Amino acid sequence: MDSRNPTESAALTEPNPDPQLNPQTGSAAAGPTISVAGPNARASLRPSRAQGTIELRDLHAYYGRTHAVRGLDLAFAAGKVTAIIGPSGCGKSTMVRCINRMHEEIDGARAEGEVLLDGLDLYDPRIDIVAVRRAVGMVFQKPNPFPTMSIFDNVVSGLRLSGAPRGEIDDRGREALVAAGLWEEVKGRLKGPGVGLSGGQQQRLCIARALAVDPEVLLMDEPCSALDPVATLRIEELIGELKERVTIVIVTHNMQQAARVADTTVFMLDGELVEIGPTEKLFTTPDDERTEQYVTGKFG
Amino acid sequence: MSADPHTLLLDRGNLERRRRVNRAVEAVSIAAAVLAVAVLVIVVGSVFLKGVDALSWHFLTTPTALFGEAGGGISNAIIGSAIIVGIAAAMAIPVGILVAIHTTEFAPPQISHPVRFVLDILNGVPTIITGIFVFGLMVEGDKQSAFAASVALAIVMLPIVARTAQEVLALVPGSLKEAAHALGIARWRMTVRITIPTAAGGLITGSLLAVARVAGETAPIILLSSIVGQGNLTDPGEALASIPYFIFQASESPKPEAHTEAWAAALVLIAFVLALNVVARAFYARSRNRMGA
Repeated sequence: MDSRNPTESAALTEPNPDPQLNPQTGSAAAGPTISVAGPNARASLRPSRAQGTIELRDLHAYYGRTHAVRGLDLAFAAGKVTAIIGPSGCGKSTMVRCINRMHEEIDGARAEGEVLLDGLDLYDPRIDIVAVRRAVGMVFQKPNPFPTMSIFDNVVSGLRLSGAPRGEIDDRGREALVAAGLWEEVKGRLKGPGVGLSGGQQQRLCIARALAVDPEVLLMDEPCSALDPVATLRIEELIGELKERVTIVIVTHNMQQAARVADTTVFMLDGELVEIGPTEKLFTTPDDERTEQYVTGKFG
Repeated sequence: MSADPHTLLLDRGNLERRRRVNRAVEAVSIAAAVLAVAVLVIVVGSVFLKGVDALSWHFLTTPTALFGEAGGGISNAIIGSAIIVGIAAAMAIPVGILVAIHTTEFAPPQISHPVRFVLDILNGVPTIITGIFVFGLMVEGDKQSAFAASVALAIVMLPIVARTAQEVLALVPGSLKEAAHALGIARWRMTVRITIPTAAGGLITGSLLAVARVAGETAPIILLSSIVGQGNLTDPGEALASIPYFIFQASESPKPEAHTEAWAAALVLIAFVLALNVVARAFYARSRNRMGA
């Protein structure tokens, strides 16, 4: 039933030739290849600025005995937007949460298989989970700014609380606000409370907060589901601008949104991959019958 | 078929009985609520009426008269209570909050559930038993001291602080912790910089309620800090006067003036406890706003 586009898949999963990225080489000359806890963790996890490819290999995820994700093999191209669609409960969010290892924060939840960031297995026991989260940022369904912090403190919270050099913090915070398209709206009230913003602004604040730590990949789990159409449009435009700097994986229950923002779309059903392909193709001439039924509204 | 189409919607038969039961239950619950409020009003009111005459600036700022004479005040008892409760709070609040942080943020359920259970039991231990325990530990073979009383009160406070702190920390939205995790913030940093500030109002509330609860605690004080040397106002190494013990002693006195003084001291104590409760509520309201509850 594997109906993925074989050429695209091959292109995305091409092994990275740079030995620094490959933990299996073990060559001393290659320097530190796997991060361990410590200030250098981040540096060694992000070998090259232009990267940000995510590859899943036989990924399984469980909640206790429930088998939510059943053996996914797929890849997310660097610098592109990939949308994940599928009916409720098909494992979209669970899969995405495996990429930054947030899945295992839930009691009784575990994941098996490999998630490779630029060829580096994020589930390798030597990997520091905190470093994974810094390399793979996340934006959630409901905007969740920290209620005790000002707008600017929210943006730089990831930097400040992870020990970034003091001198950089202001600049990187401002830059993240500009990148999230929020600077013009909040520059006069950076010290105001983050929760005083509108829902859409709060969500862009959360995007700025995620961008400030300069991740390779940004996961967005239904980022517009709590927003009105205008705020949604604003976020969708932003996604188009941001793919220049980060790989974006967006879970959405809104197929029009997937069609508007994504370069590639993944359709999942019952924890399994049904189809991955260029967005236009998936919505117009899908290979799999179930994909066609879903995108034409016959179920889901 | 001449039935009025409204028949089915009219209040009769089953529906009428249901309504009567509903009214009866409502009336009983309102009565219970009124009774609870009435008890408080009667207690506070009678303490106020009986104590307000003896209450004066002189009463609050003068130490107790010697040899059970009337005409003195309770300044030494106020200072003593403040020292005893202050030391108890300084011991119990940090430990209680740390226990709560450990059980809600770090410990697995196999540890946090037994700890919670133990705290509930500790909360149910009669304070006279806590007092005897500390008596055997610190006073027997030595001498009474305000510090021993503080230790006993700290033991009484600890489960109150820890349990309320657990409840409040559990109210901090999981979405904030998720956001912190997703930013790659280490767990302890998240706890110190995000979870605790968000819950701060509620943590203060729990601590204030615990202080209010032990401020009037009498049984351990009688055992541990009641034989007060003349002239000792502030040394916690010796026994210190306290408001609850003053009330106890004055109400045992044969002199009617002493009884009035006991009521006045009771008024001071109850006013303090009520004020703490009001402040605690204000902090709690602030905290709830923050947590969107």
